[in-house]
Amino acid sequence: MNQSGPYVVRPGPEAFLPPAAASMGNALPDPGQAHINGRIVPEEEAFEEAARMFLGGTVPTIFPGPLVLWAWNEKAKKKAKAIKFLYDTLKECAPQDAKPMLIPMPDYRPKYPKINPEVEINPNHPNLTIWHNKIDVCMFVGVHCHQANLSLKIIRGGTTCYTIAMCAQAGHEDACLSFRDASVEKIMHLAEWVKKLKGAVPFGALKKHVAALESKDRVGGTRN
Amino acid sequence: MSKEKIQICEEFFDIMPPEYQALVTNATWGKEGRGWKDVGVNKELIEQHSLCAGCPESMAFRYILASLPNPEDTVMVGSTGCTSLVFPHVGVHNIHSLFGNQNAIASGLKRALTLRFPGKVKDVVVLAGDGATVDIGLDYTLQSWFRQEMFTTICFDNELYANTGGQESGLMQKGFVAKMAPVGKKFDKVRLPEIAKESGCVYVVNCTVSKPSLVEKVIRNAVYIAREIGPTYIQLYTPCILEIGKNSMEGLQEMRDSEKPGERFAYKEFISDQAKAFLADLAEKEKAKKASAKEALAQA
Ligand SMILES: Cc1ncc(C[n+]2csc(CCOP(=O)(O)OP(=O)(O)O)c2C)c(N)n1
Ligand code: SF4
Ligand SMILES: [Mg+2]
Repeated sequence: MNQSGPYVVRPGPEAFLPPAAASMGNALPDPGQAHINGRIVPEEEAFEEAARMFLGGTVPTIFPGPLVLWAWNEKAKKKAKAIKFLYDTLKECAPQDAKPMLIPMPDYRPKYPKINPEVEINPNHPNLTIWHNKIDVCMFVGVHCHQANLSLKIIRGGTTCYTIAMCAQAGHEDACLSFRDASVEKIMHLAEWVKKLKGAVPFGALKKHVAALESKDRVGGTRN
Repeated sequence: MSKEKIQICEEFFDIMPPEYQALVTNATWGKEGRGWKDVGVNKELIEQHSLCAGCPESMAFRYILASLPNPEDTVMVGSTGCTSLVFPHVGVHNIHSLFGNQNAIASGLKRALTLRFPGKVKDVVVLAGDGATVDIGLDYTLQSWFRQEMFTTICFDNELYANTGGQESGLMQKGFVAKMAPVGKKFDKVRLPEIAKESGCVYVVNCTVSKPSLVEKVIRNAVYIAREIGPTYIQLYTPCILEIGKNSMEGLQEMRDSEKPGERFAYKEFISDQAKAFLADLAEKEKAKKASAKEALAQA
């Protein structure tokens, strides 16, 4: 076994069935931490990185899931406000040619035979929405863990999209970057970082960043 | 879940797909006296279906969903088959079970809901094809009735395995030849309604879905009785027009033909004395409620 570090979780297309990062030995962050491409980091570092990714993308998109779309408790309502604030901040701070989007994942039904990729994303075929809107960086928030895991893997498998998870539980190893214990404060803090970095990230910088990631050896982890 | 929770967060209302907006603003959640007349006017909890064009299962689905007395607090349990392609479009909580397991799943679910939400009405309704109900799932179907599990079982009887291309089912008529059953059925259609009665169901109906008002009445009775008295079973003829070689427009006539007196889907009902008394009591209360509402209106 070689302890060469975590499996590098970066945008795809990776494979028809990309491995679960957990099966490659990647661990989840502890409270106060996050992960970037599988590497455990102090949370603050991830806030900056996430803001850079958002600002460096051409179609940075937030995908709110059922836990925040539906007003099923007071916390959900507050998170919805924070997410909308983050989206508005993104629109205000993103480079002029960027096209931020806010696309809902209203539920998890495997909507058959079709969804309208212009207006929604479905966890069973998230790639359709990403391809259709040419989304290059996205953030999941308010999506139940098992559906997020499934969806994040499909995105990594078939698209070039950089994925961020604002997870309310222990984080997502299958996202390119993941926070844990998401709260209204953390969402607002990310908005602050976006504001702070306004003008500091050139349009389309994400592409270069991803190219650099691709030059890294992907296979790490304790399995090898 | 209850209807107060079926609300979209203000900030996101405008980005939600239109069918969800309609579900929240125009659905019949909590509407007293909701029924088949809401179909096509109000959101009847089904957006579109993925069945063959003109399939009577689509009518049956709509009438049933429109008739559920308490959709916001109902969980439906489905099984593999043509119906399972529709459930993803249905705006009522539903669980897809492994083919045949539906009544076992529903038993556990109903018990769990009763424990988890004491004092709250939670309805469980199974909806599965004849293959799932009578063949592969027969054990679970019967065992749930023997145990007097408090939920409604609805069987969409299209007299064969439609979803897999037309194999023989226990509810198929004797002598029938299907695409994947070329020899012809060698034994009679299983008499599940009678078996249901003997197995402990307190309300059993065998009919077609040609008359929406009748379907509405039967479904409401079945759900109400299952809440208070015991298991109920509804067998609905939903002919597979594809397998019997009919056109999209011919499903209704096929049902009308097969419900004539003496035909196999002539209306048949069994109701226990206790369930009968319960329905009479319900009707009485409903009448009194209407009378007092009228009186209040007159006095106002
Ligand atoms: C455990 C299991 N066995 C077999 C199948 C294959 N299968 C799928 S649908 C089906 C027949 C469904 O027939 P029915 O319940 O009558 O529903 P219909 O399609 O006619 O509405 C079968 C056998 C399966 N999906 N799972
Ligand atoms: S195969 Fe038969 S039962 Fe299934 S959707 Fe088509 S017509 Fe309806
Ligand atoms: Mg069938």
